[in-house]
Amino acid sequence: MAKSINITLNIWRQKDAKTKGHFETYALKDISTNASFLEMLDILNEQLVKEHKEPIAFDHDCREGICGMCSLYINGHPHGWETEITTCQLHMRKFKDGDVITIEPWRSRAFPVIRDLMVDRSAYDKIMQAGGFVSVNTGGVPDANAIAIPKPIADEAMDSASCIGCGACAAACKNGSAMLFVSAKVSQLALLPQGKAEAAARAKNMVAKMDELGFGNCTNTGACAAECPKGVSLTNIARLNREFLCAKLKD
Amino acid sequence: MSFFLINSSIGRKLVMSISGMFLILFLTFHMCMNLVAIISPEGYNTVCEFLGANWYALVGTAILAGGFIIHILFGLLLSIENRRARGNDRYAVTARPKTVEWASQNMLALGIVILALLGLHLYHFWAKMQFVELQAMAGVEVDSNLLANATNGYGLIEQTFSSPVVVALYLVMLCALWFHISHGFWSSLQSMGLSNSVWLKRIQVISMVYATLLVAGFAVVVIFFFVKSIL
Repeated sequence: MAKSINITLNIWRQKDAKTKGHFETYALKDISTNASFLEMLDILNEQLVKEHKEPIAFDHDCREGICGMCSLYINGHPHGWETEITTCQLHMRKFKDGDVITIEPWRSRAFPVIRDLMVDRSAYDKIMQAGGFVSVNTGGVPDANAIAIPKPIADEAMDSASCIGCGACAAACKNGSAMLFVSAKVSQLALLPQGKAEAAARAKNMVAKMDELGFGNCTNTGACAAECPKGVSLTNIARLNREFLCAKLKD
Repeated sequence: MSFFLINSSIGRKLVMSISGMFLILFLTFHMCMNLVAIISPEGYNTVCEFLGANWYALVGTAILAGGFIIHILFGLLLSIENRRARGNDRYAVTARPKTVEWASQNMLALGIVILALLGLHLYHFWAKMQFVELQAMAGVEVDSNLLANATNGYGLIEQTFSSPVVVALYLVMLCALWFHISHGFWSSLQSMGLSNSVWLKRIQVISMVYATLLVAGFAVVVIFFFVKSIL
């Protein structure tokens, strides 16, 4: 059932981090509803190149919802309004003929725009470098059943670990807070025996880095979890608060 | 160690949540004492006398004022930081996901409404009761009529809530209070880390129920005396 639609796009254009950005409007005709959202932008870019105009810069990589590279704030929602998908998993069949679609970059002080819809998300990498790991002395590989972990805890750790670090949480938060990301990264290790040894230092260092990089303070609105493409839960934030406060009170 | 309450985001949130819980506790006592006015005028005036310009009531008032000031100052500080963290360019299109409470994104605005009407409330009652007694103690010339009525809280309630404008303003304040606490209560527990996948839903429900009971308790007194005045 091939069908095609005509749409109007309002896209944020910004030459570089220092230049002031603005919206530009593009009309696109005969877009197949089988196309993905990013393919639609590819079509627009091909059209712009043919017209000898500068194509629109946007982030993308695996295009199967796992790398965390694609971003885009689509009609007021990071990764679009559909729940638990990334932008690359959004398809044009979700749109109607004549729709006006506004596409903006993540807007957060800690994620400066590099160009157009592309932002610098290295702040998340810096938080990871501050403690989002287990210091491992590599030796012989232990047997899988050497450390018994109850299934519910293993599942919870796995759910936390499903965070792909795309930045939608900080982008959706009215406070520009990165708490959902940081709490997922702290939780995925704090829940497991291997991660417990460094849990206190990890929570303190990652939160200190998060504050230093200019992310906001969490006020528990829950927009992060509602917009998270991986459905990471708010209970991670409570766990991070607990880990951090206990660590500080022990000092 | 002590600096983390000011220097770290989670520490500042802890101050916000503890001061908020303290204020909720105060409101609970306040509401219970108000209900006495419906049951017994004499009983209510005894409470008023007990909480007049006595040393223990004054210490309590000072601690309470401290709680308010800390909650307001930290609220402003956090709001300013959060606005800055959003960056210079605002989103052109924003949408509130269904699961996000309206109150949670408007706590500052709700707080300002409550603060403004709290000013009115202090003018209506505190300025005519404990403050008058304090002035008299400090040797300031006070109208003898005012001083005589300073512990007649019951009479003051009857007089204040006979005005429909005042009643409407108090109900606006109580509405704002309901929204503020319906989010604030569970948010406070979440910020202290007292939540998990089972309890998150529970504390959210408890928050709604508690805010409703608290605000209903206040509203009943306001409406009771308004109805009494027009009958």
